Amino acid sequence: MKAGKRQIPGTTIFDGAQARKGYALNKMCFSFNDAANREAFLRDEDAYCAKYGLNPQQREAIRARNVLQLIEAGGNAYYLAKFAGIFGLDMQDIGAQQTGMTKEQFKAMLVAARG
Amino acid sequence: MARIIGGITTSHVPAIGGAIHKRLQDDPYWKPFFDGYPPVRQWLAQARPDVLVLIYNDHGLNFFLDKMPTFAVGAAPEYHNADEGWGIPTLPPFPGDQDLSWHMIESLVADEFDIVTCQEMLVDHAFTLPMALLWPDQRWPVRVVPVVINTVQAPLPSASRCFRFGQAIGRAIQSWEADQRVLVMGTGGLSHQLDGTRAGHINKEFDLKFMASMIDDPKWATQYSNEELVELTGTQGIELLMWLVARGALPDKVEKLHSNYHIPISNTASGLMLMESRG
Repeated sequence: MKAGKRQIPGTTIFDGAQARKGYALNKMCFSFNDAANREAFLRDEDAYCAKYGLNPQQREAIRARNVLQLIEAGGNAYYLAKFAGIFGLDMQDIGAQQTGMTKEQFKAMLVAARG
Repeated sequence: MARIIGGITTSHVPAIGGAIHKRLQDDPYWKPFFDGYPPVRQWLAQARPDVLVLIYNDHGLNFFLDKMPTFAVGAAPEYHNADEGWGIPTLPPFPGDQDLSWHMIESLVADEFDIVTCQEMLVDHAFTLPMALLWPDQRWPVRVVPVVINTVQAPLPSASRCFRFGQAIGRAIQSWEADQRVLVMGTGGLSHQLDGTRAGHINKEFDLKFMASMIDDPKWATQYSNEELVELTGTQGIELLMWLVARGALPDKVEKLHSNYHIPISNTASGLMLMESRG
């Protein structure tokens, strides 16, 4: 991130730098709008990732199914949600994974925000 | 001349689509959310809008990072929904109003908002689910004009710019020479964050202040930069920009007829407001 930009704890702003870095990864995730592409990914993950030209960092983050690594590799939340959908993961699964909580703990945290 | 009868602002979480499909409206988790909508439907039944200008953000169904417009206006005869990747059922197509679309495009560009125009456009859950909440039989009684704001890739238009864009939409509608009743809707927010170690961030205090400001002090949120808004409301809480566009399109004076606020739906603090034009 460039000097002078606001740093928000635990937060990555998807800006031009991220958009450049994550283009191939996000393009692959965008393709998952189509059920046939989701099936093709599941059939041969290596071939599918190679087709989109993922770099080693992106390929490893996809292999690990690790959201924080995917963001680090330039992934955007809206496109990554389509990748998560392949595995039937919902936003509480994703939230729990990123915060190191169980899903029940994460859901309890959301409810606690009612105050 | 066309008349803006009022505005509706609401959240638009994908999980709502799953809940509608599974008929979970009375489920204890969902009931406090779905119970917000019947008063809005009652108002719609008597207010009878002809056309709906629906302001939302696309989440990677119609637009990708290859071409990312800041502001886009639909000009299609009909708008279709499609698979967004996680299997929520698609909804029936929505009839467009090309006359209003092109009038708005002319008026907005003359007003120095250089929007992208779309004669083909897929509409995602941020468009379809609020429609299904307002008209659960999914037989749409209104023609629509979709307006899309980029909230995917920074830089996003500022809150102040979004409010002024809304004002320009309001001027466009009011100068449309058609005896039509127009409703404005903005969908998104309220506070939520899907990504990062701060995932699950919700800010009830800010949300409630923001909802109150929609009536009494509509430019209140325009004091903040987008980075400040992300810090306050979360990476996706910034979708409140759609509420500001919708509010900008309404007359200065509006009356709040109904509102609802509930935490959480999925990871989101959900908000709903119904405002009727005054003056």
